[in-house]
Amino acid sequence: MKSSLSGLIDESVTIIREVAAEFERPVLLFSGGKDSVVMLHLAVRAFAPARIPFPVMHIDTGHNFDEVIEFRDRCVADMGVQLIVGSVQASIDSGRIADVTGPRASRNPLQTVTLLDSIAEHKFDAVFGGARRDEERARAKERVYSHRDSFGQWDPKNQRPELWGIYNGRHRQGEHFRIFPISNWTELDIWSFIAEYNIDLPSIYYAHRRPVFRRDNMWMAVTSFLQPEANETVVEEMVRFRTVGDATCTAAIESVASTVEDIIAETSVARVTERGATRADDRMSEAGMEDRKRTGYF
Amino acid sequence: MERLRFATVGSVDDGKSTLIGRLLYDSKSIFEDQLEHIEAVSKRRGDDYVDLSLLTDGLRAEREQGITIDVAYRYFATPKRSFIIADCPGHIQYTRNMITGASNVDLAIVLIDARTGVIEQTRRHSLLVSLLGVPHLVICVNKMDLVDYDQAVFDRIRAEFEEFASRLDLQDVTFLPISALAGDNCVTRSANMPWFEGSTLLHHLENVYTASDDNRIDTRFPVQFVIRPQRSEFPDYRGFAGRVAGGVLHAGDDVMVLPSGLTTKITGIDSPLGPVEKAEPGDAVTLLLADDLSITRGDMICRPNNRPRVSQELEAMLCWMDDASPMQQDKIYSIKHTTNTARAKITDVLYRLNISTLHRETGINELKMNEIGRVTLHTTAPIMFDDYHQNRSTGCFIIVDEATGQTAGAGMLLSPRT
Repeated sequence: MKSSLSGLIDESVTIIREVAAEFERPVLLFSGGKDSVVMLHLAVRAFAPARIPFPVMHIDTGHNFDEVIEFRDRCVADMGVQLIVGSVQASIDSGRIADVTGPRASRNPLQTVTLLDSIAEHKFDAVFGGARRDEERARAKERVYSHRDSFGQWDPKNQRPELWGIYNGRHRQGEHFRIFPISNWTELDIWSFIAEYNIDLPSIYYAHRRPVFRRDNMWMAVTSFLQPEANETVVEEMVRFRTVGDATCTAAIESVASTVEDIIAETSVARVTERGATRADDRMSEAGMEDRKRTGYF
Repeated sequence: MERLRFATVGSVDDGKSTLIGRLLYDSKSIFEDQLEHIEAVSKRRGDDYVDLSLLTDGLRAEREQGITIDVAYRYFATPKRSFIIADCPGHIQYTRNMITGASNVDLAIVLIDARTGVIEQTRRHSLLVSLLGVPHLVICVNKMDLVDYDQAVFDRIRAEFEEFASRLDLQDVTFLPISALAGDNCVTRSANMPWFEGSTLLHHLENVYTASDDNRIDTRFPVQFVIRPQRSEFPDYRGFAGRVAGGVLHAGDDVMVLPSGLTTKITGIDSPLGPVEKAEPGDAVTLLLADDLSITRGDMICRPNNRPRVSQELEAMLCWMDDASPMQQDKIYSIKHTTNTARAKITDVLYRLNISTLHRETGINELKMNEIGRVTLHTTAPIMFDDYHQNRSTGCFIIVDEATGQTAGAGMLLSPRT
């Protein structure tokens, strides 16, 4: 019996193998978020019974949910992969970037510098990302093999044609490619895979009680990095996270979905996209994602 | 659930974005935050109506100019099928992007404005769909509401198209009279056109039969990656990973490896989800073989009595895609075909195809961006291929400029003319 996801799995596995065959130093970006978890599982299956022939890397803002870091470390240990951590805090300490301050400060945009520095330091030439085209309209336009010049920049007006499933990874010294093997998966496909193959995720994806406060019409979690302002009241709500990113810009949604099946049911009838519901960073402007991607963001 | 990939080709004026918006909206695949966003943008720009093209035209430059420049991918599902839409630009200067989007789809939708009928753009789009070997074509005669839902208009356009299309290689063409704006025959049957007895567009997309589109006869397995675990638990495992490009492989099958010509037997097939009995076109699997042969990436596994062609002299339809420099005869390029990379020279341009009139223009020795020609090539290593019309996966290749790294050309291999 074939899985309903088999066509997508075949496509993703083929892309991952192609990169391993053609690039010198690939790396897989792994945040512990569900998309990167699915991508890591696909990579494991692409090379089984051999081990994954590349390391994974987390760009760590230092502003994480504890549950996610605990999960990240357990997951890489279980799978026997090497973890590299690119630290935003280290970039700040070394003076590469200035930390942001104030009640609404988020280190999310600072990650770009740390990411590009880490790519250069390790001489990575292919960087797997778990971005999906259904997430956001600039991502809907991006190729599977997405070229980055020596400044890490994306040029959306001059993307290489990408035909049939033949990928062109030719690049000069110092340039690299972002590779998106799960481009054609939807949020629902991701959850279906998690259900079908019983994939472990950070606990915060499932409904739990947590102190939160209302900001910009979203539920933000109280953490040591994010405190409410004077007029924002903290309440305890049943919530879960639809996406997992930096704790200062990732919002929770009200939900009682405590199992994968509950979440699939909830996702099937969702009326708001996951980024629209939970990402303060995407609300900045009409072309927020396009602009960030141009300068080297994920 | 089955998945159908389809391309929509055209420009905003044809009602393409309205049609996609209609399909997404009626299948409840537009989210509230997306709709709020485009409503706000349309209002700020002073548009009279909500511009649904803002949903798919995701780049700043596209929104500024109100045109589709690059392919956008959209996703929706009904209880019967999941759909991936490759929304392609229609303007002639973005032909390469249209080809990018339409190269690997099951079906293409070409829109015709009922008021104008078959125009140069219709002919160009249909030709490209035909060249790319897209198995199913749907001609949507749109804006029927503006011609009083007149059957005579639909019949005339259909006849006009068929007259032109007889010169193309189109396997399955379906004509639908629709109004994307009013919703006629898109998702629900139109009460305004009782004379039309065919199905709605969505019904057609849900039911079009695609199972026979793959080549299940000619076994082709380009070796992509050799899996050799350096782990004590698997001392003897040596698997050949790749994606089935044709035929159906079973454990026990006798196979031949090209270019060496050595033969062996399949002893097992591993899929990403565990061992399987057989592998079909599109499956990403790892083959285990009986004998310890020297097999590397770029080799082709086939059946001893059914082999691809092997040659260093090729003939192809080539679409040029590099805006920086035209195709130059005898310049050395890199060629990528299946999992094989070699170097190639274009030795001759037999003719350039005028994509608007279908005329074959001879006496030409270069192709500029968006131009298509029939060419001959010479490669540094043997290419193991099939005619593109027999097998899209083993019949296609790309040309890469070695200096800039650009994907400069896309080709479809053909049998040499006799």
